[in-house]
Amino acid sequence: MIRFTALRLIEIAAVLLLMSFVIYGLIGLMPGDPIDLMRTADPHLSAADVARLKALYGLGQPLLVRYLAWARQALHGDLGYSRLFSAPVLSILVPRLVNSLILMGSSFVLAFAFALGLGIAAARRPRSWFDRAVNLFCFAGVSVPTFWLALVLILVFAAELGWLPASGIATPGKGGLDDRLAHLALPVLTLTLASVGGYTRYVRAAMREALAQDHIRTARAKGASEARVVWRHALRPALVPVATILALSFGSLVSGALVTETMFAYPGMGKLIFDAVMGNDYNLALAALLLATATTLAGNFAADLAYAWLDPRVSYR
Amino acid sequence: MRFPLLLLAAIAGASFAGPLIGKALGIDPAAIDLAARLAGPSAAHPLGTDELGRDVLLRLLEGGRISLAIGIAAALTAAALGTAIGLVAGYLGGLSDRLLMRLTDAVIALPLLPLLIVLAALDLGKLGLPAQLVQSDRISLLRIVVLAALVGWTTAARLVRGAALVTKNRDFVRAARSLGAGTPHILVRHILPNVLAPLIVATSLSVGDVILLESVLSFLGVGVQPPLASWGSMLNNAQELIGSAPLLAVYPGVMIFLTVVACNFLGDGLQQRLERRL
Repeated sequence: MIRFTALRLIEIAAVLLLMSFVIYGLIGLMPGDPIDLMRTADPHLSAADVARLKALYGLGQPLLVRYLAWARQALHGDLGYSRLFSAPVLSILVPRLVNSLILMGSSFVLAFAFALGLGIAAARRPRSWFDRAVNLFCFAGVSVPTFWLALVLILVFAAELGWLPASGIATPGKGGLDDRLAHLALPVLTLTLASVGGYTRYVRAAMREALAQDHIRTARAKGASEARVVWRHALRPALVPVATILALSFGSLVSGALVTETMFAYPGMGKLIFDAVMGNDYNLALAALLLATATTLAGNFAADLAYAWLDPRVSYR
Repeated sequence: MRFPLLLLAAIAGASFAGPLIGKALGIDPAAIDLAARLAGPSAAHPLGTDELGRDVLLRLLEGGRISLAIGIAAALTAAALGTAIGLVAGYLGGLSDRLLMRLTDAVIALPLLPLLIVLAALDLGKLGLPAQLVQSDRISLLRIVVLAALVGWTTAARLVRGAALVTKNRDFVRAARSLGAGTPHILVRHILPNVLAPLIVATSLSVGDVILLESVLSFLGVGVQPPLASWGSMLNNAQELIGSAPLLAVYPGVMIFLTVVACNFLGDGLQQRLERRL
């Protein structure tokens, strides 16, 4: 187990290193370049100034040299300066990360709770009308475009009914708890509706398989109550694949809400990445993408560990 | 299973017959009529007109043609790429297998949407592609197909590898090998037919995924570029008019939803039929 963990950590570090280089290279291929942006900001800049600036920032050097210079600075905690926000990148990332975790965490808990309830109830009565209805709901959930769901929810609850705010994280000047919660309501609803269908399908499938096992029949034959059979004997093995799926989706917490955050102008990581890419904010885009990659890899690692922890049959050499 | 198939056929049929329908009604889908902006449904325009006075029904069918074409093209490209990778990994085994499967795992483990947005925003001119190609209308379609295939091949690769691993030691493959058949012949004639069924299921499911992905990218403004339109890019326009013309934001979404639901039900139905047969 220790050997497995160590190997996985080395692998994650390797993938992260590789991805930092790939992302660095990709960012360089984005339209425009920083000196051009300076030139549009200051028309007095002459061609000689431009050449000097390019030399100063080392833009004429090969990709690998520039990457190593960036990496050295990044490892010292200096991720550069954001053009869009006029602030050090690190000071922007942290509050955004917190906002994303609040948004994704609450919809994650809600979606998982509903998925467990629906999935277990459906698995206990296969082919009943309830099972069919849940199935239909799941298919609708995985097939609906998130941004359109958000659009419809805004249309109904914000534009028509006027019950909830359509964008932002708080009303300027207010920002009490009730105000924050009101702003969270629609994005959380969108994300929950968009993910509960997928989760429910996994729970339902895993539960049905678990309930068909021999040890369930044994438990029933020994006179265990139905509740005990379902919650104690079937749920634990059923949770193994479900936990894996959950940990995997937990990994996309940071970037998974990109569309939803953009739709609701919610200042989280996803919207930050989108804005940085669209606004030619190279330093910010680079750091935010790397952070998103790191959290995704961490989620996958957690999935592996959860798998081993929940299922004693799994052994990692 | 019959219903989703019929629904898909109806959507595809209407979309690809769009130009004919336009001709029959005497409307040009690209014709701009600023005097008739955002008109409600009428005999001339069954679903009304958009912000430039274009017929919404015909635009929907045109968007459908592009969304469906991208979905099918990308799903097939991804399946072909995944099949090639899966065959090599599963049949050759050893180091190439380990490397390719590590690559598959790594691709699955990445935050794909943010990376796709970066890839979709790349300046292809910096890659040294000819300017004529970079500036053409069709490059945005081609780009989405490539991007969707780039992230979508993993499912097919895993399926095909698994099947190749099982099949390569079956007697008929050994027999073919002992008769002197070369590796390409064995792969194409003996291994591939045995993975075709699950591959078809996975591909039909991935058509829906690609259409969703395309709609997200187009909605965010990095997908299909005007003057071409897809359902996603129509929603992008409609978002700004949501106060004055909410229905414009409803139609394309309903079309995406129906198409993707139909693809998913079709794939699911095929899968169940396949499992029953095995």
